[in-house]
Amino acid sequence: MARSDVLVSADWAEQNLNAPKTVFVEVDEDTSAYDGGHIEGAVRLDWRKDLQDGVRRDFLNREQFSALLSAKGIANDDTVVLYGGNNNWFAAYAYWYFKLYGHQDIKLIDGGRKKWELDGRPLSKDEVVRPATTYQAGEPDTSIRAFRDEVINAIGSKNLVDVRSPDEFSGKILAPAHLPQEQAQQRGHVPGAINIPWSTTANEDGTFKSDEDLTKLYAEKGFDESKETIAYCRIGERSSHTWFVLQEILGKNNVKNYDGSWVEYGSLVGAPIELGA
Amino acid sequence: MCGAPVQGQTLPAGVDVEKETVITGRVLAADGQPVGGAFVRLLDGTGEFTAEVVASGTGDFRFFAAPGTWTVRALSSTGNGDTTVTPEGNGVHNVDITVSK
Repeated sequence: MARSDVLVSADWAEQNLNAPKTVFVEVDEDTSAYDGGHIEGAVRLDWRKDLQDGVRRDFLNREQFSALLSAKGIANDDTVVLYGGNNNWFAAYAYWYFKLYGHQDIKLIDGGRKKWELDGRPLSKDEVVRPATTYQAGEPDTSIRAFRDEVINAIGSKNLVDVRSPDEFSGKILAPAHLPQEQAQQRGHVPGAINIPWSTTANEDGTFKSDEDLTKLYAEKGFDESKETIAYCRIGERSSHTWFVLQEILGKNNVKNYDGSWVEYGSLVGAPIELGA
Repeated sequence: MCGAPVQGQTLPAGVDVEKETVITGRVLAADGQPVGGAFVRLLDGTGEFTAEVVASGTGDFRFFAAPGTWTVRALSSTGNGDTTVTPEGNGVHNVDITVSK
C-alpha cells in the first residue's frame, strides 16, 4: 500500500461525489454532526450503535457486519470512501474494520470532516437512501488485530506504540482531556511502549503529514523497522489512525491494532504497567 | 468514550468539579459575537496536542484537564486564534478565544 492507494484529497472527493460504484461513508461517534450536514450522498455509520456489539465488548461478527453493509447499500465491489470527525479517528477505525472483514477498495478522505469544513465546502442535510445489497464479509483477518495476551507477550520483543497524548502515557491523566478523568483503569502505559501520539502524525487541519515527515518521526522515536508492531490507545480508534499511517501510508508489514487498548489493559489484574514519560 | 460530547456551559450530570480541572469558554469573532462549530484544540505546556472538540452552535467548548499551563487554540473557516490558561487547581476555569483571519 502507498498513500495514493488509500488516501484521497477533499478536492478529489468533491469531484467524485457521483462517481459510479463509489460510496461515501461518514463515520462518527457524535452522530449529530451528520444530521447537521454531511457530504452529499454520504451514508452514516454510527461508531457505537452500528459498529459495536450491543452486549459484549467487541465489534460485529461477520454476519452482523454483512447485514449492516447490505442495509447501508454498500456492495463488495464498491469503492468505499470514508471520512469523519475527530480528525478521522473513527473513519480510520472503520477503515481498519472494513479491511479486517476483507473489503477490497477503501479510501480515507485526507483531513476528514474538519478539512472539509475548514475549506468551507458544501454540506447537505438531504436524507440519503441507497438500495440494499447482499454484502458478504470475509473471515476476520486477525493479522491486523491484536488481543491482550499478545500485548503482554510483546513486551520487550515488538514495537509497542502508545499513541495517546504524553499526559495519558505518563499517567498524569486517564483519558483525552475533553472527557471526565474519573475512570476505572490504572494509569500509565505498557512497559517498554514508545509514546508517539497520533496527533504528531497529523497536521492541524487533520490531514496526514508527508511520508518524509512521518518516516522521520518514527525513526526519531526509536521505532524498530525489524520488529513487528502493535499500536494501542484508549479504546482503539486513535490507534487505528496510527495503524493506517504505518501499514497503509508507509507500507510497513506486521502492524496490528490492539482495539482493547488501555480501557482493557489498564483493568487487567496483574498486568505490568510503567509510569512516567 | 473518545468522541465528541455535547459542548455547552452546563456540565454533564455526574461530573464532580472538585475532582476535575474544567477549562471552558467560548469562541468569539473580533466583534465579540460567538463563532459556532470551530475546532478547539487543547495543547499542553510544551505545545503538544492533548484534545480537540467541536464548539457548539453558540461557540461553547469544554475540556477536562489538570492543573498546569495549557494553550487553547481555535480553528474555523473564518479564522484562527489561541490563548493560554494556567489553572492552579480543580474547579471551573473560564477562557474565551477570539478568532480572526
